[in-house]
Amino acid sequence: MEVDALHAGYGRIGVLDGVSLRVGAGECVGILGHNGTGKTTLLKTLMGLLPATRGAIRLDGHAIERLPAHRRARAGLGYVPQGRRIFPALSVGDNLRFAAAAAGVGDGAVDAALADFPELPRLLGRPGGALSGGEQQLLALARALVARPRLLLLDEPTEGIQPSIVQAMAERIRGLRAARGLSVLLVEQNLDFIRALSDRVLLIQRGRIVRELPAAGLDDPALEHEFIG
Amino acid sequence: MDLALAVGLQVLTGVAVLVIVSLGLAVVFGMMRVINLAHGEFMMLGAFAAVLATGAGLSLWVAMLLVAPVAVGLFGLVVERLVIRRLYGRMVDTMLATWGLSLALVGGMTMLAGNSVSGVSAPLGSVAVGGFRTSGYELFLIGAAVALSLGVWVALRFTRWGLVARGTMQDAETASALGVAPDRVYAVTFAAGAALSGLAGALLAPLSGVVPTMGAAYIARAFITVITGGAAILAGTLSASGLLGTVSTLGTFLSTPVLGEVAMLVVAVVLLRLLPRGITGRVLRRAL
Repeated sequence: MEVDALHAGYGRIGVLDGVSLRVGAGECVGILGHNGTGKTTLLKTLMGLLPATRGAIRLDGHAIERLPAHRRARAGLGYVPQGRRIFPALSVGDNLRFAAAAAGVGDGAVDAALADFPELPRLLGRPGGALSGGEQQLLALARALVARPRLLLLDEPTEGIQPSIVQAMAERIRGLRAARGLSVLLVEQNLDFIRALSDRVLLIQRGRIVRELPAAGLDDPALEHEFIG
Repeated sequence: MDLALAVGLQVLTGVAVLVIVSLGLAVVFGMMRVINLAHGEFMMLGAFAAVLATGAGLSLWVAMLLVAPVAVGLFGLVVERLVIRRLYGRMVDTMLATWGLSLALVGGMTMLAGNSVSGVSAPLGSVAVGGFRTSGYELFLIGAAVALSLGVWVALRFTRWGLVARGTMQDAETASALGVAPDRVYAVTFAAGAALSGLAGALLAPLSGVVPTMGAAYIARAFITVITGGAAILAGTLSASGLLGTVSTLGTFLSTPVLGEVAMLVVAVVLLRLLPRGITGRVLRRAL
């Protein structure tokens, strides 16, 4: 994915102020920044849930900035939103089957997702709203992967999640990258998580990418004060 | 014993009529949170479609079970595209728009068809129940209510469309990020609700007569049933229809039709005072 001078916001309030970035095939790029700097707005705009007011988004060389969200999903984008947003009244199995139906793939894709997430089969009949936060996060991740996206947009997946689940998620994402060549754009405030997964990290301030670092560069303690929280 | 059986059948018929009248409204309100004040007029259109189709030589059954729902479903598709789609999330605006639509439909149909009652005669004759005779068509309506309820349940619970519709109504943004076009789901759902309304009008045409203002006779009962039932489309409609249909029919049997309706309204008011979110707001909350 290539993003060039992207502007977006809410009504007349601009949030993104010319974001440019690139995520290569099989690459994991982290985005780090304070609350309110435009991280979630960036992912929503890339997914098509917010309109871009200016700028270009290309996926595999094709312009997608004018496509609605469902066509971007069909083009190969996967999205795990902040707060997980699983369907609370649907069972775990139905959440996954919904994703298969939405993507136009068979229920075999659901079985494949369940094989990747062994925590889920025992929960299949339980309503999504009755799961713990960690179980919901795993379900949201599995659901986004049912359609076998080529680029996964992850919005703060560790927020409010217990450490054992965070570790399980990190292992799962690493495994999927290795097995499928999955690309990931990860918005996160958990330094350990972003360091463990990302090949490089972009620092965002006031809706602009202001610096790029290798993941090892996150060891600088000054960054924590400047870009986290 | 024969009397009890006859009264029981009347109660079942009363419940069945409420189910048939309310199901289209329940689908549109329960799934989309759209209050369609033109529901009664959609029923009226279905009834007229059946009358016109039988007048053109089609079998009454084809006219009622096929022509009416398809015609009103297609009309619903157009209404969704031209009116409802622009008003999602604005409940009051939707109510005003559909109210205006209902007035336009009554006026337009009065200009086209006049204000005289037309209709079709009830098929199936009468059936002996012990020492009494009851209408065969009323028995058919009981079966139709059961079949419609089963059909809606199967469609929502076991089809891909039902699953996609249920998820999309819970969170349209997430659904779109997974590959669903919410506009299409809304359009199909509204058209399905309209088709059920048209079918209801056609099924009740042999009992009520067909006139442009006939929707007014059903809309209040349908709304009371849907609101009393609560959020669950099927469980709410069935439980509220069961309760209110029984009260209304027994009230009618013991006194007069007017007092039967009054008894039904009193029960609905008391129930909504005790259960402001309807029956399925308290029990059967996870039911469809």
